[in-house]
Amino acid sequence: MHQLRRAAVFTAALLGASAFAQAETLTIATVNNSDMIIMQKLSPKWEEATGNKLNWVVLEENVLRQRVTTDIATNGAQFDVITIGSYEAPIWGKQEWLVSLDDLGDDYDYADLIPSVKDGVSYDGKMYAAPFYAESSFTFYRKDLFEAAGLTMPERPTYDQIAEFAAKLTDKSKEQYGFCQRGKPGWGENMAFVGPMVNAFGGRWFDEQWAPQLTSEPWKTAVSYYVKNMNEYGPPGAAANGHNENRALFATGHCALWVDATSAAGYIFNPAESQVADKTAFALAPSAVTDRGAGWFWAWSLAVPSSSAKVDVAKSFIKWATSKDYVKLVGESEGWVAAPPGTRKSTYDSADYQKAAPFAKVVYDAVSNADITKPTKDPVPYVGIQYVAIPEFQGIGTTVGQQIAAALAGQVTVDQALETAQRAAERTMKQAGYPK
Amino acid sequence: MHPNTRSKLWLTALGWFAALVIFFPILWMILTSFKTEINAIATPPVVLAAPTLENYVAVRERADYIHFALNSIIISFGATLLATLIAVPAAYAMAFFPGRRTKDLLLWMLSTKMMPAVGVLIPIYLLFRDLHALDTRWGLIVVYTLMNLPIVVWMLYTFFKEVPKDILEAGRMDGAKPKQEVWMLLLPLSLPGIASTALLSIILCWNEAFWSLNLTSSNAAPLTTFIASFSAPEGLFWAKLSAASTVAIAPILVFGWMSQRQLVRGLTFGAVK
Repeated sequence: MHQLRRAAVFTAALLGASAFAQAETLTIATVNNSDMIIMQKLSPKWEEATGNKLNWVVLEENVLRQRVTTDIATNGAQFDVITIGSYEAPIWGKQEWLVSLDDLGDDYDYADLIPSVKDGVSYDGKMYAAPFYAESSFTFYRKDLFEAAGLTMPERPTYDQIAEFAAKLTDKSKEQYGFCQRGKPGWGENMAFVGPMVNAFGGRWFDEQWAPQLTSEPWKTAVSYYVKNMNEYGPPGAAANGHNENRALFATGHCALWVDATSAAGYIFNPAESQVADKTAFALAPSAVTDRGAGWFWAWSLAVPSSSAKVDVAKSFIKWATSKDYVKLVGESEGWVAAPPGTRKSTYDSADYQKAAPFAKVVYDAVSNADITKPTKDPVPYVGIQYVAIPEFQGIGTTVGQQIAAALAGQVTVDQALETAQRAAERTMKQAGYPK
Repeated sequence: MHPNTRSKLWLTALGWFAALVIFFPILWMILTSFKTEINAIATPPVVLAAPTLENYVAVRERADYIHFALNSIIISFGATLLATLIAVPAAYAMAFFPGRRTKDLLLWMLSTKMMPAVGVLIPIYLLFRDLHALDTRWGLIVVYTLMNLPIVVWMLYTFFKEVPKDILEAGRMDGAKPKQEVWMLLLPLSLPGIASTALLSIILCWNEAFWSLNLTSSNAAPLTTFIASFSAPEGLFWAKLSAASTVAIAPILVFGWMSQRQLVRGLTFGAVK
């Protein structure tokens, strides 16, 4: 009897030890936003189902970008799953810093991914990151103010119409502003708005020979429009406002018009976070001479660095977190309005989602029409709408953003700002050896 | 009112005003941590309407505060202890047995503080990767020790210079060896200075964000990483960020408050002869 018990205990210990040996701990680096917080909250379900553990490293977007870039470029192997944007995915995929995610299985339903989103995180036909949520930009406007002023917002307004609306809806005595846009310099800040606006005015970052086009007529017209309207109809200190500042202004009723991320719609619609939840409506991003590239495109995605020693487990987590079932899980546990937007067609087919998110169709149209491979009126050698998917762009984009912020603050003229930006861009591109 | 009393009153009022101005950002952060997110962004600002603890609950749910706080304590105190152990003999030698190049050496040490940290990020990162020091407490203790060593040596050197040489010489005459001289005479005499140096070093380590963000991920991440996880360029988390910041600075604030007498004594040490 004793021997039998001893054998049973031994077997149990062995089984326990083997189960322990199979369980892995993944380190996942992610950004601090609501969708990722929900993923962190729901991830114990994956841990329970697989026996694996997750170590979370949550960082502010720019800190995360620097941290993950340092690690992946030096083969530091600190992370098994990383959160990257559609800017990094093709560049890092090309460098072979990421593991291809084309083998997640038939049940992953790749065909359900919105094609523009899948293209955004792929390089050379291979998907290097799985989209977690995607966004474009569109126009938030206050329907109560429009009604009171007898104005009608078209499905896709033009920048001329936006300027007219802004003039009529600005009432500085009531601290109400008609043109709340990003002014804080940075390639992911003011340039996220200015870039698509330049596209709409018919401009482009580079011509087909990679020559910078910053002093071309469309850039001058677009940036002059931006500076004029921001100064006349924008809030005070607009040059320092980023997404959060404008979101706070809009949510507290100080803005009549705001062109920004579609992903902010859920919060503006949430009465707990917004005083204008029942007074807001949406239209597509404004166009001018073209609507090509008028709304930006961004997809936060999960990827596996090639340096990870736990590729299979990492893929298993990514498959779970970006699946149709996960979207459903969020919808059922957190409310459908909180479901990760912009990645899967099935999300937009869901009656529950359509009911909870009245902005669903506009977001779907904006994201699926955002073609990063044809972002401008004239042909370009690059992909990307508000960014150019080359490593040099972060530096160039931020320098141009700083010059435009200086023009907005009145320190230089628009022409001077664009000439300085053009020289800096030419220098960088020459040093990097373009055209390649 | 006597002119002396009036000027004292003015000075007191000025002192309070200056203290309030300096303390105001911290006070505002603490107030914001008790607001809802919508009140935190309200314009004009809401001072305190319907205080809530929801941000603290959210912070507690999302991150293991004790883990981060423990890392901060171990790393800050460990680095300070190591820096002090190295700096005391160095400062002793420089203060009491200066050579021709002592001043240049001191200046050179301080000049290393002028280099932007990001300039050596990649070499340090590669070194840490090869030494398996990434995301370890000992790795960060070494970096913080090296980072603060120039300031600790400088401060201790200044404090040691204030100790009358005659006392040490008298000790030597009585047969004290250098170790005894430092341990039994120098250290007790300059204890307030050493305490304030250590306190400053702990505060510098506690607040350091660049290296902690770049060299740690989860195991050794201190409170600066904890705060960074609540910041976002897209998403209004100001109330939660304030709650996270409040609990992150609370230990060092209490520690500083408890040791303020020692700190002030140390900072004014030798000011009046």
